[in-house]
Amino acid sequence: MLEPGELGRLLGPGGNELLCESCFEELDRYVELGLGDADADAQIPGMREHLEGCPACREDYESLRAFVLSEGRKAR
Amino acid sequence: MGAKDSGSPTAGRDVEARVDGEAERGVPPRPTAGSELSKPDSGRWVEELSTEGRVRDDAVARLHALLLRAARFEVKRRRGSLPHLRGDELEDIAHQSADDAVVAVLGKLGDFRGESLFTTWAYKFALLETAVNLRRRAWQGRETPLEPESWPHFDDPHASPEADAERSELMAAIGDAVATALTPHQRHVLVSVALNDVPIDVLADRLGTTRGALYKTIHDARRKLRTKLAESGLEVAAAGEGARP
Ligand SMILES: [Zn+2]
Repeated sequence: MLEPGELGRLLGPGGNELLCESCFEELDRYVELGLGDADADAQIPGMREHLEGCPACREDYESLRAFVLSEGRKAR
Repeated sequence: MGAKDSGSPTAGRDVEARVDGEAERGVPPRPTAGSELSKPDSGRWVEELSTEGRVRDDAVARLHALLLRAARFEVKRRRGSLPHLRGDELEDIAHQSADDAVVAVLGKLGDFRGESLFTTWAYKFALLETAVNLRRRAWQGRETPLEPESWPHFDDPHASPEADAERSELMAAIGDAVATALTPHQRHVLVSVALNDVPIDVLADRLGTTRGALYKTIHDARRKLRTKLAESGLEVAAAGEGARP
């Protein structure tokens, strides 16, 4: 059975997206922009789409965001 | 992706115990407002890691301590996916990953452009190495399934007959597009990663390639599927697409 979400996983985000190498290159900046007031998606086009389409990079993004947040909390 | 050569440039646990307090200096005061405040620290990291002798050794030891903390954080987040691993095995993976990440960071030091804090930039190498190592362990000895057991289709008991018919049509078209528009390699990679949850790094290892190359294959396959569906008069909006012009 194909669950409704699986259709999206099969067909991906559509539109223009970064690929994994550029995603990794921009990941730190994207995370910091996202934690600040900046519009990270506008500044790094194609990133959000890639994170929707690539489960591994998505996990890397979530980990970095969570870790930076937890470090910031400790340092306060 | 990170350097795969192992061999810690530091002495591991002893170093960490000695420099742990020092390493706190590398922590951004706050992730949001910290950026401007800590840019000079980022410059100092690069300077000290680029020099020689005692200063560099100390900086490398502090870097290792930071990256080990990141690696342990990742291990903690993912330990649910590895219930059979003992605590000391997980600790070994954290150390191995931190060692690999130090090598990767030192190798890529010239690529750091100062667009984020040095620490944020460096953490990503540790988190990546740890995630990849843990995914490898989780899939060690496991087969990667080749094809979905039967070509899946929507089956929603609450759907109206009309919606059901539309979905059946869509699914038949997708099944047809997957079968006819994709090469066997594209089909294998797309189905493994998108439907069968095989981690892309694990599949890349087994096929002797990289995450980036495999994702490019997936990207091209998806584009072919969308084109094929459009040719059949089926427009498929994807999740998240609506927000963009
Ligand atoms: Zn990716």
